[in-house]
Amino acid sequence: MIDYEYKIPADLHEVFTLLKEYGEKATLVAGGTDVMVKIRNTRKAPEVLISLRRLEDLRYIRKNGGYRIGGLTTHRMLELSNLVRTELSALHDAASQVGSVQVRNVATLGGNICNAAPSADTAAPLLVLDAAVVLEGPGGRRRVPIAEFFKGTYRTVKEPDEVLIEFDIPEKMGAFGSAYWKHSRRKAMELPLIGIAVSVKLSEANEIEDSRIALTVAAPTPIRAYLAEDFLRGKPFTDQVLKEAGEIASSSECCTLRTSLRCEAWYREDMIKIFVPRMAKLAAERIKSR
Amino acid sequence: MEKVSVSFTLNGEPVTIEVPTTWNLLKVLRECFELNGAKEGCGVGECGCCTVIVDGDAVNSCIYPIPEIEGRSVLSVEGISGTDGGLHPLQKAFLENNAVQCGFCTSGMIMSAKALLDKNPEPTEDEIRTGISGNFCRCTGYVQIVEAIEMAAKNKEGNF
Repeated sequence: MIDYEYKIPADLHEVFTLLKEYGEKATLVAGGTDVMVKIRNTRKAPEVLISLRRLEDLRYIRKNGGYRIGGLTTHRMLELSNLVRTELSALHDAASQVGSVQVRNVATLGGNICNAAPSADTAAPLLVLDAAVVLEGPGGRRRVPIAEFFKGTYRTVKEPDEVLIEFDIPEKMGAFGSAYWKHSRRKAMELPLIGIAVSVKLSEANEIEDSRIALTVAAPTPIRAYLAEDFLRGKPFTDQVLKEAGEIASSSECCTLRTSLRCEAWYREDMIKIFVPRMAKLAAERIKSR
Repeated sequence: MEKVSVSFTLNGEPVTIEVPTTWNLLKVLRECFELNGAKEGCGVGECGCCTVIVDGDAVNSCIYPIPEIEGRSVLSVEGISGTDGGLHPLQKAFLENNAVQCGFCTSGMIMSAKALLDKNPEPTEDEIRTGISGNFCRCTGYVQIVEAIEMAAKNKEGNF
């Protein structure tokens, strides 16, 4: 028999009080699309669920210099935001393809990242946008670059008594664009077989000033393909250069591709080779359309 | 097992229930109110047969913890008919377009469609397909369903 207590704190202060009271017995739950499903599938539940759903103050998308997105912001809010679509395009690509409308209406960005699945769609865009995760605990707030946030499959550096408050994304100066490709067999209710996000910043001479490449389902955690990024820096934005970047990103120096029930490793490798250049081109196209 | 008392608005009426904390909204609709339109297909938010509208948004009621419903407004398929008790324009359009075969997905499909049209009265085909992308239908192949929603949007009779 599944049994648990369900606490609905009204504000952050109450959340911390409850976390202190219940310690390891408690699990935080945001939209519940991972936690409730896991309870149902495993028939096991933590003793106490502490719901964050009433923390309406943590649902926001703001631009003031950089961008700040509240931890409880739903995927649907990101999908419907013109600001996200035009300026943080890769995040829009990812958020609007998670689950279904019903899932996106409740599932949160903070939840997707704290669940820390290797396939977390929104992780790759946050990686190419240089996002920082802001955590708050009894000792105050701290910032963790998203590239240092994932510790392993379903494991993060967030302490059990910390709450993910928001994501900080630096302002992107100049000709910057981003894109994410979720490679899957269906358009909805699907996990990526492989996910590829690319951001590029181009010079007036069409050289790559800077670039980020991030992959989901390519390793135990979402990762950046640093070697491919280094290779691109300062190079001309040409088909040949992008092709080589795709080859580097798909190599075992960048990722640890595996064969799973859903897809074989060689296919994931091939798709990285194809979609790194395509996403780089889409990101560049979006610079022009802004 | 701990129980929780929850007050909310169900299909326009204020209601209060006392059920185990672990129940979800779907179970409450079916077992406390005998509203059997929303159905359990997968039970994990994949199939959409349990779709209802909470505060204007389509959600999977099978993974919506009942304590979260406190103070919210829930609309199930039983609550969408007109004041005369007649069929809702979407229900009529589903019948006219043969968008119902076995019927298991229909309630959820109609609630997703309603949530869409409430916010976007003139959706494109693409927007309709996105709107129902969380609703599995294994009979129709979706074409008649999309056509039915298009028809309902065109023949609006009053509010959705």
